[in-house]
Amino acid sequence: MSASNAAHSVVEPSTGSRRFAGLLVILYAIITMVPLAWIVLTSFKSPDDAISYPPKVLFKPSLEGYCNVFTTRSRQTQEFIQTLGAPRGLCDNIARSRNMVVAGPSNYVPRFINSLIIAFGSTALAVALGTLSAYGFSRFRVPLKDDLLFFILSTRMMPPIAVAIPIYLMYRTVGLSDTRLGMILLYTSVNVSLAVWLLKGFIDEIPREYEEAAMIDGYTRFQAFVKVVLPQATTGIAATAIFCLIFAWNEYAFAVLLTSGNAQTAPPFIPIIIGEGGQDWPAVAAGTTFFLVPIVVFTVLLRKHLLRGITFGAVRK
Amino acid sequence: MNDLSASSQITYRAVPIRPAVARRIRGLSDQALAWLFITPTIVLLLAINIFPLVWTIYLSFTNYRANRANAPTIWLGTDWYQSILTDPDIWAAMQVTAHFVVWTVLIETVLGFGLAFLIDKKFRGHGLWTTIILLPMMLSPAVVGNFWTFLYQPQIGLFNYVVAFFTGRDASSFQMLGDVTLSPWAIVIVDAWMWTPYVMLICLAGLRSIPDYIYEAAEVDRASNWRQFWSITLPMALPFIMLAVLFRGIENFKMFDMVNLLTGGGPGSTTEVASITLKRAAFESWRTGYSSAFAIILFVTVFGLANIYVKALNRVKSR
Repeated sequence: MSASNAAHSVVEPSTGSRRFAGLLVILYAIITMVPLAWIVLTSFKSPDDAISYPPKVLFKPSLEGYCNVFTTRSRQTQEFIQTLGAPRGLCDNIARSRNMVVAGPSNYVPRFINSLIIAFGSTALAVALGTLSAYGFSRFRVPLKDDLLFFILSTRMMPPIAVAIPIYLMYRTVGLSDTRLGMILLYTSVNVSLAVWLLKGFIDEIPREYEEAAMIDGYTRFQAFVKVVLPQATTGIAATAIFCLIFAWNEYAFAVLLTSGNAQTAPPFIPIIIGEGGQDWPAVAAGTTFFLVPIVVFTVLLRKHLLRGITFGAVRK
Repeated sequence: MNDLSASSQITYRAVPIRPAVARRIRGLSDQALAWLFITPTIVLLLAINIFPLVWTIYLSFTNYRANRANAPTIWLGTDWYQSILTDPDIWAAMQVTAHFVVWTVLIETVLGFGLAFLIDKKFRGHGLWTTIILLPMMLSPAVVGNFWTFLYQPQIGLFNYVVAFFTGRDASSFQMLGDVTLSPWAIVIVDAWMWTPYVMLICLAGLRSIPDYIYEAAEVDRASNWRQFWSITLPMALPFIMLAVLFRGIENFKMFDMVNLLTGGGPGSTTEVASITLKRAAFESWRTGYSSAFAIILFVTVFGLANIYVKALNRVKSR
């Protein structure tokens, strides 16, 4: 340590080593972003550009991938297409340049809607149940508290396929197989363990004096919970909700094994988007990009709570 | 895992509410309210997790097949367990899983800790770059597996192009996903790409938990940077590194989605990790009883290993 940084604490890294560290981290960040950037680029390519060798970085952007993922098209003869009127919309225009007409929305649309319903439904349920239980565990003397909490967590250690076998049989018996309700219940049960652990941490941090003061003022315990604790826990509840949402949104193993047509979500569907003559990569990339956008937004929103979320509240900043 | 989390957080012991307050409480008693709040969660978990688990244990002793639900169910005792534990194919799958778990966890720990160490230098803009680095772990493993198959395409894929560009080999001369020696590494690369940020984030918390005064004292004693790293930084961050290893180890032992999409266990069974074997037995050959027994074996293995590991972790923490 030289005299140049005597003004700082002795443990401050020197400017040189700091710059070097920054350089290495930025290099890693750029390399790690290449695959992701490549998918976003591919989604704007035409099918020919997407499979050209060497891979094209500069290309004429096209929305064909997005059109293909959202619509189904049928091949028609030139004569038939000429009998139709002017193309309706951009996608029809692109389709006609390939001797096709848009026949209707693709299956991606209902899959995406399923994803939305199942993710939001299970998140709402998991957060509601989780908040109540977390408050119960945080504030009351519950017999076998530690065992119950551990039991709640241990349900996450089962391999998903192992859970899927009996769930498949059970849902078949009670008529829940391939239904949205079945998937919502299943995802809720997976998410509720995370929600309880995370929210217990957040509620533990709210001083219990607040509720006691409210109860002295004449609130019942339940009113104190609703009017004092819940508003204080808003940040924690929001962060937990986003974690549950991300899990349910991304989940694949249960979705691919337990759903087929009716309640299938987007993750098992995206890999099987097939065009004429093999996989339609721009369409797959477009479906992927469209699916990833909410996650990127959530990650930015969550960045302060990420650590707590991914370790089930075991590590807190 | 429970001891672990409980010891690293502030725990509020149940403090009895002062009598003055207690007298004021009207309506439900605390005990009734506690059960009212906790029961729905427990009921849901019993219905969706525990009841099926018990059912799985029962099925694992029978010859039940889900595609022949009406056939008579015969009690087999521990036959499935014996045949699984002596089956060379199962041990091959366990070896593939071990290869995958060991290498991914090793690479992710080294890279993740290195990155955390660099980010902890707090260079300008480190917050922004950290968020960018974190992105891959937030994505759907299924979608990641799918788009990496595109990057790994021998003729058109970016990965092969980049490797060819730097090594001078022909891009179509190797197939990451179709080659017996390369495909186990192809899945390791994707997992490391995706989950290094996870380890990085936990290690960063560990590094930031080391108080400055320890370094200041070391500086006064004129300890070299090298010495400081080995006697302060690494030992003090070790519980966090071990925690990250635990979480990654459990997750990767259960790995299904990403590998299923990248290779589906192929070529042959060179990337057939335990979960893929399980899925093939359960949902392709419909050997429900057999696959239930295998599922129980996997669960017990994860649970047992995790418990042993947590004991070791607690010993490190209490040092």
